[in-house]
Amino acid sequence: MSAAPLLERPKRRPRYRLRRILVEVGSVVLGVIIVIWSLMPVYNMFLVALDPEGHNEFTWDIWPPHPTFAAFVALWSGDVEDVRDIWPQFGNSVYIGLFVMTLTVLVGSLSGFAIGRMRLARNWQLTSTALFTYVIPSSILIIPFLRVMHIYGLLDNPWAVIAAEVTFATPYAILVLLYYAKLIPSELDDAARIDGASAVQLYLHIYVPLMAPALAAVGTYALLFAWNDYFYQYMMLTSERHETVAMALEQFFDDDDAPWNYMMAIAILYSLPPIAIFYALRRYMTLGLTTGGIKG
Amino acid sequence: MSAGSVVPAATGPFALRRLRLPGPGHLHGSDLVWSIVFVVPYAALFTAFVVYPIGYGLWMGSDPALYAELLSDPRYVRAAVNTVLFVGLAVNVEMVLALLLSGFFMRRRRWIKALLVIYILPWTLPAVPAYLSFHWMLAAYPQGLPNNLLEALFGIEGPFWFNRGWLALGCDITASVWKWMPLWTLIFLGGRMAIPQDLYDAASIDGASGYRRFVHITVPLLTNLYVISTLIAAIWTFGDYAPVLFVSGGTPAFESEVISTLGFHYALDFANPPLGVAAGLTALPILLPILILLTRALSTMEVQL
Repeated sequence: MSAAPLLERPKRRPRYRLRRILVEVGSVVLGVIIVIWSLMPVYNMFLVALDPEGHNEFTWDIWPPHPTFAAFVALWSGDVEDVRDIWPQFGNSVYIGLFVMTLTVLVGSLSGFAIGRMRLARNWQLTSTALFTYVIPSSILIIPFLRVMHIYGLLDNPWAVIAAEVTFATPYAILVLLYYAKLIPSELDDAARIDGASAVQLYLHIYVPLMAPALAAVGTYALLFAWNDYFYQYMMLTSERHETVAMALEQFFDDDDAPWNYMMAIAILYSLPPIAIFYALRRYMTLGLTTGGIKG
Repeated sequence: MSAGSVVPAATGPFALRRLRLPGPGHLHGSDLVWSIVFVVPYAALFTAFVVYPIGYGLWMGSDPALYAELLSDPRYVRAAVNTVLFVGLAVNVEMVLALLLSGFFMRRRRWIKALLVIYILPWTLPAVPAYLSFHWMLAAYPQGLPNNLLEALFGIEGPFWFNRGWLALGCDITASVWKWMPLWTLIFLGGRMAIPQDLYDAASIDGASGYRRFVHITVPLLTNLYVISTLIAAIWTFGDYAPVLFVSGGTPAFESEVISTLGFHYALDFANPPLGVAAGLTALPILLPILILLTRALSTMEVQL
């Protein structure tokens, strides 16, 4: 086949131009639909949070008629009965979230290293075992979990929640780490070994630095996981001083006369940390699972 | 094949393969000790918080009378049907849309890159506030945001969304798709980016249209990723109580419950924990095959690598 005719620019026939216009119009329409779809509940949060009385009717004002930051001010000063404990609650959520994040990365990377790099066992053996965690839906597993926690003496202790959330976040973390680790040539390990590096040195000086993007991704997944959870916190933390933001939000939900503007203001505040961390680290997010999956 | 066994007199590529992929048992001395030490934290976590609770749960739900009680409860039967619909619809809709939308987000336009940032937002929002917003938006009858949109755009009077079980379940499914579709879109986007551009260029030279490039290049190369993602999504969606608990709350009268929410209603509100566990265990005949398929898919992926 001769290549010469291919290099000539094809004459732009009207049919092509029409097609291009249609594609462009289609993209814009799809874009508008995606914006409305993605932002509608978020916009609703702001509408309610900025309304002086916390109504959630939509009256075709694009902006609430009398927007007020009263709800946010009340959160800040804490002088309204409903939101007095919001900052300690926030502290509890952050405490749980940070430990879940760190421990998931630590536990996941240690076992991922031992299996994937040291080849203590085959990758899929560990993954299959870890995935067994999901054999009973977590909202059902909480029932025996509560009794087990009672036996361990961990009820009404934030560490019970941390343990549960690390347990559920780690299998996915291991999966991502094992498949990302395949991108790192094993010759690096061999070379370091010839220089006399121990397993600990391999982990600290080769595995962790090279896996940094995947570790960041896994840490963010774990944080989002802890931030999404409500049920384990609600079931295992009973005393007021351990209450988290997710639990406080649910209490508003149970109460029909609750001031919704406060609830939505808390909701917006609660949404900010994971969004900030996610957008700071977003280029790492999909690396692990994807690269492992496509190279096959 | 264990490297610790007697070395067979293999030569050629077979021996090479053994060299490159040493199996378990090749570790010695301090390496073996450290590898085991590294696995201990997860093994401890797994034993204390997975094996023991699951074992305890199996014991709690071991009485056959519980299952007879479940089957005679119309609330359970409805919840079982709802669970199949919830998982089946939510997972497949979000996966197919994510696969197609990842193609849209591959377009190299600045505004499409900016759009992706907005599109990801639902996934990063914490579940409780996001679903509560869905709830209030739909529960405010007749003045909620979606109903007003319906009225203004099409002149239809919107329904009261939580009055009928199917409608309420539809709302839960929509909310779940809304929250999780961005994650899978990102993963497929990463998968599409990993496909070498040469393949598409070669196909274009041979005159393949966009549709045929999708069917003959993108689809075969993404199949494994798509299957694995679908199975993981199915397992997660099975355990995801949040959309049902916060969007419809199971209204009206337990008609939009799923197994994962009905189970703890049994345990908490009806003070019958074993019945709740039994309800959860009835999901095993579906969850277990999914898990086995997933480990199969993951192990073939390893062989291919």
